[in-house]
Amino acid sequence: MKLNRFAQSGNWILDRFPLAQLWNDHMAHYYAPKNFNIWYFFGSLALLVMVNQFATGILLTMNYKPDAKLAFDSVEYIMRDVNWGWLIRYMHSTGASAFFIVVYLHMFRGIMYGSFKQPRELIWIFGMLIFVCLMAEAFMGYLLPWGQMSYWGAQVIISLFSAIPVIGDDLSLWVRGDYVVSDATLNRFFAFHVIAVPLVLVMLVFMHIVALHEVGSNNPDGIDIKKLKDVNGIPLDGIPFHPYYTVKDLFGVGVFLIFFTTVIFYMPEMGGYFLEHANFIPADPMKTPEHIAPVWYFTPFYAILRAIPDKFAGVIGMGGAIVVLFLLPWLDRNPVRSIRYRGGLYKKALLLFIISFVSLGYLGTQPATPTATLFARIFTAVYFGFFLLMPLYTRWEKTKPVPKRVTDHHSLLEDIEEQLPLIIEEMTELKPDRPEIGDAAFRGSFYSRRAKPGGVRHVATRLANSIKKSLD
Amino acid sequence: MNIEGVDKSKRQFLTTALTVVGAVGTGYLAVPFLAQMQPSVKAMAAGAPVTVDISKMETGQLLRVEWRGKPVWVLNRTQAVLDTLKSLDNELSDPRSEKSSQPESSKNPYRSIKPEILVAVGLCTHLGCSPTFRPEIAPHDLGERWKGGFFCPCHGSWFDLAGRVYSGVPAPTNLEIPPYRYITDTQIIIGESAGDKSA
Repeated sequence: MKLNRFAQSGNWILDRFPLAQLWNDHMAHYYAPKNFNIWYFFGSLALLVMVNQFATGILLTMNYKPDAKLAFDSVEYIMRDVNWGWLIRYMHSTGASAFFIVVYLHMFRGIMYGSFKQPRELIWIFGMLIFVCLMAEAFMGYLLPWGQMSYWGAQVIISLFSAIPVIGDDLSLWVRGDYVVSDATLNRFFAFHVIAVPLVLVMLVFMHIVALHEVGSNNPDGIDIKKLKDVNGIPLDGIPFHPYYTVKDLFGVGVFLIFFTTVIFYMPEMGGYFLEHANFIPADPMKTPEHIAPVWYFTPFYAILRAIPDKFAGVIGMGGAIVVLFLLPWLDRNPVRSIRYRGGLYKKALLLFIISFVSLGYLGTQPATPTATLFARIFTAVYFGFFLLMPLYTRWEKTKPVPKRVTDHHSLLEDIEEQLPLIIEEMTELKPDRPEIGDAAFRGSFYSRRAKPGGVRHVATRLANSIKKSLD
Repeated sequence: MNIEGVDKSKRQFLTTALTVVGAVGTGYLAVPFLAQMQPSVKAMAAGAPVTVDISKMETGQLLRVEWRGKPVWVLNRTQAVLDTLKSLDNELSDPRSEKSSQPESSKNPYRSIKPEILVAVGLCTHLGCSPTFRPEIAPHDLGERWKGGFFCPCHGSWFDLAGRVYSGVPAPTNLEIPPYRYITDTQIIIGESAGDKSA
């Protein structure tokens, strides 16, 4: 049979590059558990946001000037005079926050379903390194607009290094390249933000995915699908990544873009959380803004720093909050992966952890009043308690039996669709409208829904009971 | 591969020697790579001393000058302020400036060469924000205890008008006093200590 030219040139490539094999190994014949739920969108979304950051970032460098005298004005120039510059910059600045939102959810998924446990410890470590890189990338990127918050934020964070005994002062001097945050600092942060850290980030993402595809994905049931295979050696509970999960992830991308574009077009500053108001004033080394706070994604760690009254101990606490996350695979002594089959003790601990993390995040945005500091101290203790006491309480907890095969769960949406009309029916009742309204001839023929106290109480009790039960 | 008659220990020695030489070479290369991030000659030159004329300063006036890119405050204190400073010792964390950074000539209760003229680096010793100058006594937002001083808005550190830190605030030490000396009675040079004879 004579091949057409197209197939011929295709074969020419395949003889020289294992394209088909790569495609099969990682997409068409890569078997992922069939029970992925909504939590499994955030890995591919993180990849999407990273691509967004690269594309928009490269475009921004075409008009941005990394010079203390020109930087602020060049950003304003991009916003006002460059064609579509505002869109590209807002995509980049919103992308930074979106990156942290999806990565925090992705990490929480890992904690919830035990994805960090044996044999996936290295995936978790690579993931944590990506997280640290991301924080460095975001921090250095935030200096570039050279606004007041850029300047004083960098001043405070670089001063953290000076808390380290003996070498601290020299180290912060070396990082800044000057006695204060200055043009030298801006220029080198630009180099790190645009070249060095993104390169490391891409390599880490590559290793994260290679390690994942070596051992295979975890799933909401936390069971090993490779244990049960059919005659062809394909996991019974596995489905090929392509087309099943490529299509599923595409749907996730669609939903994500609705939120993402809404922020870009209608609320790019997000009320001062994504772009802080003080950053629209050019950097002034002689004057600190009244209230300085980092961007929202750093506030939990910033709150820990402020909660500890000693300068060096505060820095240790802040760093330690990230270091303990690295140790998670060895702190959790329980072999059961998924939250579905973990004991009540762990579920309650995880709930406390979420509350303390979110609260610390809120407190980090607020001025440090004595009451706020007291609460920040309590939540800091809970944060570290969750991790450091883990070797103890994960041994005591009573786990439930783990099934052999993945289970079929109703999705939350299906549940809501089914239950909501029944709940509304129970909580309300139809009553005739007040008789004085309307014509006498129609009196009593208008009905409206009113809340029924007994029904509301009943539903609330049931909700409280089911929450309590789900925590056991 | 034929490994008959191969002197393995010689191979091992050569491998080790090459590794060591390579490591030393990498080490040498690391020096310029890392050192280029140190402040450049230009940045160090910008740290040159600055001269301040204080002849026209009113009492109570604060002058901000830039030295090494940092805000440096020159404050002309009234006699009343100097009297207040003496009464604050119990509320301060380092009233005698034993843990703090200042030239020997300024290691006294007023933290200055001449009692009325304070020269201090205007950066909080906690995390480097620039505190605000609040000379008024007991203002509404800072409360009854406030006797006039510098307040850091970032993390709430308190300093008195000699740059001494109050106890129970995040800042660990008093504000830094830069090296400075008087050229004449009304001229200060910041960046040269009183011991320096060059000028």
